[in-house]
Amino acid sequence: MAKPRFGFWSVILWIVMVLGGYSLILRFARGLGASTNMTDEFPWGLWIGFKLFAVALAGGGFTIAAVVHIFNLKRYRPVLRPMILTAFLGYSAFICSLIIDLGRPYRIWHPVVMWNDHSVMFEIAWCVMLYTTVLALEFAPAVLERLGWQRALVWLRGVMIPVVILGVILSTLHQSSLGSLYLIVPGKLYPLWYSPLEPVFFFVSALCAGLAMTVFESWHSRKAFGKQLEQSLLTSLGRVLAVALSFYLALRFVDMVHRGVFHLLLLPRTETYLFLLEIALLLIPTLLLFQRRIHQNPTALYFCSVLTLLGFVTNRMNVAITGMEASSGTYYFPKWTELAITLSLVAGAFAIFWLAVKYLPVFPPAHETHLAQSARVAAPSAAASPAVPELTHAGS
Amino acid sequence: MSKALLYDATICIGCKQCEQGCATENNLPYSDSIAAEEKQSEHKFTAVLTRGDKFMRRLCMNCQDPACASACPVAALRKTAAGPVIYEEGRCMGCRYCMLACPFNVPRYEWNKLFPRVRKCTMCPNRVAAGKQTACAEICPTGATKFGERDELINEAQQRIRDNPGQYVKHIYGLNEVGGTSVLLLSGVPFDQFGYSADVPTEPMPLLTSRVLSKVPDVVMLGGVLLGGIWWITNRRDDVAAAEDCEKNSAFEDKKRGQDENGKA
Repeated sequence: MAKPRFGFWSVILWIVMVLGGYSLILRFARGLGASTNMTDEFPWGLWIGFKLFAVALAGGGFTIAAVVHIFNLKRYRPVLRPMILTAFLGYSAFICSLIIDLGRPYRIWHPVVMWNDHSVMFEIAWCVMLYTTVLALEFAPAVLERLGWQRALVWLRGVMIPVVILGVILSTLHQSSLGSLYLIVPGKLYPLWYSPLEPVFFFVSALCAGLAMTVFESWHSRKAFGKQLEQSLLTSLGRVLAVALSFYLALRFVDMVHRGVFHLLLLPRTETYLFLLEIALLLIPTLLLFQRRIHQNPTALYFCSVLTLLGFVTNRMNVAITGMEASSGTYYFPKWTELAITLSLVAGAFAIFWLAVKYLPVFPPAHETHLAQSARVAAPSAAASPAVPELTHAGS
Repeated sequence: MSKALLYDATICIGCKQCEQGCATENNLPYSDSIAAEEKQSEHKFTAVLTRGDKFMRRLCMNCQDPACASACPVAALRKTAAGPVIYEEGRCMGCRYCMLACPFNVPRYEWNKLFPRVRKCTMCPNRVAAGKQTACAEICPTGATKFGERDELINEAQQRIRDNPGQYVKHIYGLNEVGGTSVLLLSGVPFDQFGYSADVPTEPMPLLTSRVLSKVPDVVMLGGVLLGGIWWITNRRDDVAAAEDCEKNSAFEDKKRGQDENGKA
């Protein structure tokens, strides 16, 4: 039953990859003008929106690393690797799209030696460089286990706590700084989105998007491989997501009250509709997730995670595109090549995730989940060695 | 100390010689069809706008505290002490954050080039450094564009408004906008008729982001201590629990010897 599904998706994957490849050649052979609809009036397009979203998905990585390693809540250990992998792929997609989006990508290293510490973009450049390294180190145990390199594993365990702490700090800075990018455009970003709290919104929404992404991945992983997280764990994640989303929405609400912008919702404008769409996509899963029959039902939980993810896609696109359109005086819709490149990056990330789940100990194998539970009860400190769940280790 | 330009729209006759002078100075093409383009572009750094018998120049405002320079991650854009906001194309990696950040939408991009540059008026930095006027001021036949010390030009602009109150809008555009600019404008009609936004903030734009950026070192320091402390507490609790567990259950003793010793230590 799984085979025809896979066939269908791999055909889609190839079509997207071919179109994306062609667009990529066009972009590097003919320049940004030929391959995008960006203009002097609208210098940041779809790729920026995509970057903002790719990083938001990575929000699960630092959250769960902190929960497991720092707060020592071992129950969530099985979530660690899928989250770290997602974050790593999110950041990789960010870097790829940056290379495509930069006018002179071969100078991407310039921020290393040419400093401007007044620039949010400079902070972002450094956070991306450092945190991608941190994520690689955090995910390395899965690869090293597979290769059986014990000495490297022992060394990694030794440095894992400082690495995790650094990672949490870096991604806190990075997530919020993506919001800070827009602090300098008070006259340009539509007031439904422009807020001095933008960095906080970006940070909190990254937490939510990361949680939703975990639920989303676990469901797909079960479909494809029969590997997934325990339902009780997913239920807990669903509950945490409900609270995190409520907090996020409350924050947005309070901010709008203080800025007095509710009257804008009465205007029949594109911004209003897309803002309402964004809020609806986030509010519906929030309300649903508080109900027991929803967060205990895998499919309903999955449905909620999809809505949440769509909500944050809409949010990031609204900030990057919808909200910037009116002030630019032009109309921007991405060229098909921009869409093709974006989709092929998404498809590429999915494909790598799929391969990783297939060949590396990312999700705990189904039959070992119980074993893990008993192991936890028997040896509460066994899991204190970071990032290497004994359960998967024992199974391989 | 810093130099500036004062453009008085009421003296301007719309001859567009400033456009011509700018093109020559910056090695840009210039022709009748380019003269007809009423906007700044990657091949036109200043434009004279015409509305009936009224004129207005558009050019880079060369802000006192420029948003573009604060936005640029590699410091390719920089405010010089002499006044001009210059662009070092050898540093630019093409992120185009300057274009987004600029409150006047000035920086343009060479979209159709493989190795594109940001293009804008840089207030003739070489001429200014050599003690000369900018090309546009030098060529202007009526003195509508005047080059000089910013302080002196402000005094002069105020004097012109005082002398002919009926002729001017009572506002020097660029005196306080975004913390002040090196291009000062006088006009007989409201500035927003020519696209100069009336509601740009009077505080420098870079403050909006630097307020947040200044907290970065604090976050690193306090976050590191806090997270390290939490880790120390949660894992200490674990060690103690493990030690107690061992005492109760000798069956696990071998397995836990390491933690037991930690617990006692």
